[in-house]
Amino acid sequence: MLSLKEKDRPIIRKLLAAGCCARCVLRFCCMGTSSSYKQSYEDIQKELLEFIGEENSQQSHDASGHTEDPPNKRIKMEDAISTDDSVASEEPKTDLDICPVCLGVLQDFCNQTFVKQVSDAVKKEQYVLESLVLTVSLPAQLSVREQSCWLHVKQEVRDKSMCLGKDDVIQVKDAFKWAIQGKIGQELGAAVLASSPFEVGVGFAHPQTEEDCHFLATTCPDCFKPTKNKASIFTRMAVVKALEKISDENFKRRYPCPPKKPSSKCTALDTTCLHTSVFTAGRYNKYSRELPQTPWVIDGERRMDGSVEELIAAPLLSSFRADGFNFSSSGREDVDVRTLGTGRPFAVELLNPHRVKFNKTEIKKLQETINQSSDKIRVRDLQIVTREATSRMKEGEEEKTKSYSALIWTEKAVSNTDLEFLENMKNLKIAQKTPLRVLHRRPLAVRQRVIHSISTTYLDTHHFTLKLCTQAGTYIKEFVHGDFGRTKPNLCDLMKTDADILELDVESVDIDWPPAIPD
Amino acid sequence: MEDRKTPSVIDRYFTRWYRTDLKGKAREDHCILQHSNRICVITLAESHPILQNGRKIKNINYQISDGCSRLKNKVSGKSKRGGQFLTEFAPLCRITCTDEKEYTIFSCIRGRLLEVNEAILDRPELLLEKPSTEGYIAVILPKFEESKSITEGLLTREQYEEVHSKRTNQQEPSLVQLAL
Repeated sequence: MLSLKEKDRPIIRKLLAAGCCARCVLRFCCMGTSSSYKQSYEDIQKELLEFIGEENSQQSHDASGHTEDPPNKRIKMEDAISTDDSVASEEPKTDLDICPVCLGVLQDFCNQTFVKQVSDAVKKEQYVLESLVLTVSLPAQLSVREQSCWLHVKQEVRDKSMCLGKDDVIQVKDAFKWAIQGKIGQELGAAVLASSPFEVGVGFAHPQTEEDCHFLATTCPDCFKPTKNKASIFTRMAVVKALEKISDENFKRRYPCPPKKPSSKCTALDTTCLHTSVFTAGRYNKYSRELPQTPWVIDGERRMDGSVEELIAAPLLSSFRADGFNFSSSGREDVDVRTLGTGRPFAVELLNPHRVKFNKTEIKKLQETINQSSDKIRVRDLQIVTREATSRMKEGEEEKTKSYSALIWTEKAVSNTDLEFLENMKNLKIAQKTPLRVLHRRPLAVRQRVIHSISTTYLDTHHFTLKLCTQAGTYIKEFVHGDFGRTKPNLCDLMKTDADILELDVESVDIDWPPAIPD
Repeated sequence: MEDRKTPSVIDRYFTRWYRTDLKGKAREDHCILQHSNRICVITLAESHPILQNGRKIKNINYQISDGCSRLKNKVSGKSKRGGQFLTEFAPLCRITCTDEKEYTIFSCIRGRLLEVNEAILDRPELLLEKPSTEGYIAVILPKFEESKSITEGLLTREQYEEVHSKRTNQQEPSLVQLAL
């Protein structure tokens, strides 16, 4: 049952006369009960006509039952509006009569056929769903037609001194969602939730009436500035802004009130599906000196096969059935550097995943799959995390310490005792100019860094192992060879000989995220 | 001295390019070390007169004209805004030796000046002892689209060595010729 009030009557009559559809009539009556829009179009229409008929029978003592013809005759006779002859003389019928305000969005597109069409499109994507939220994209000219219709009713409303504001009118978008989203949810076996991570997008276009917006470009040129990315300057936002600026009189001079009837309804755009990203995190070891962390491309050509991120992401992509991924980590190592110990924290954002629920055993299995795919890397502590938690990884980057082990060559022959002085150095302060090897993509600066402790293992007269515990962000290779004297002091200065770094391993990245997962 | 088993830092990451007899002045050879990331380090080639015959340096001057000092060069941000833009014959500094001979060191390539080596002002001996590393003159960032073409007019290490050995073979005549 529609809870229509006496004061709705003149509005209903005027809107029906203008050819408005039943749901648009409810909208302009500010009907805020969502269930009203769910009823079938025919039922709403019938109730509206009966409601008008009641009034009619009360006033003209006409027999009830012949509800269709008399009210329309009355409307025709009584309506003194000087609109052109295309104004409907019959009540709208779904297939023939297209609503000039919603262009059919609230008519056929609220039917079970369209529910099925949208649901089938979602089913085809094979998402594992618990809930969904429906988003609707409407052609920009619908705002123009809405304004026109509002001005049409507003005249009448003002005479009757009713308090009806434009903001009280139910938006096409909301009416459409109320009419259809529950049915789509039912069809897909998913709850409809405003906060759902899964979005079903429905859109409409109506090329025939695109010109509706064009007059606004002359009344408000400022609102329509060409932008690089948009195909048309008449975006929904720009049209709404222009409509806020134009006076009622100016609008009525340039655009018919009520809007003209179209000869065809909107066409539905392809249904889109988007699940919000899911984040996974863990720690990785890198055992190869010929494996970059991310794909290494120079001049469009790939250097070296594979990368840490691809080895980790490939099994994740196929299990979560995601469209793509973003890999991030707490710092990164060079292609020729290994990462040992408990590994380096990383996170993988999975874009538009089709499946998101995994239990602990399944995640464990997934980790196994990654580890069996290559002996160049190993992953531990794999888990699903929140987007917010991944920021913990970056926070720790500057303040935490990292440990390294490096194989050093010295020009001068050294003995075990020549290395002792290094062990006594605690909290050695060094100044590093941005290394030449990264200067092309980082600002030039001098950074103060602290080498907390140093230990050495003598190998032979020209080689030893150097173990360092440093502040994060220290460039180790440059500390050893000096980078053209741009890191001061460097190992060459300290040892008073030319020295070079032959191999480097990261021994630990001391960040306590993500939490360890016991075996 | 122990033979190195592995290539040096320069061997590993840089390509050596040369420009000989700069501005027609005999043996004033420059060496440009180009990193694989396109950054260039300008150094004296080992054959440069400053590095011969045990010369000593009296003065290094980055003030190349009244209005322009390379020491005033400042760059900011990732894109290195504000750096002086150099063409291939832009002077970087003038070096005076104790025998009062003055030499001008040139950019050799087009690009944005990122930094000059201030350490050699206090310790000119770095230039003599380690001309290709700690004794470098300047760091220049070529334009991205010119990172290949800037080295087209330069000599490779091989070509440079050829020039160098030709000179040693006919040392006296070439010196006379060039001096004239």
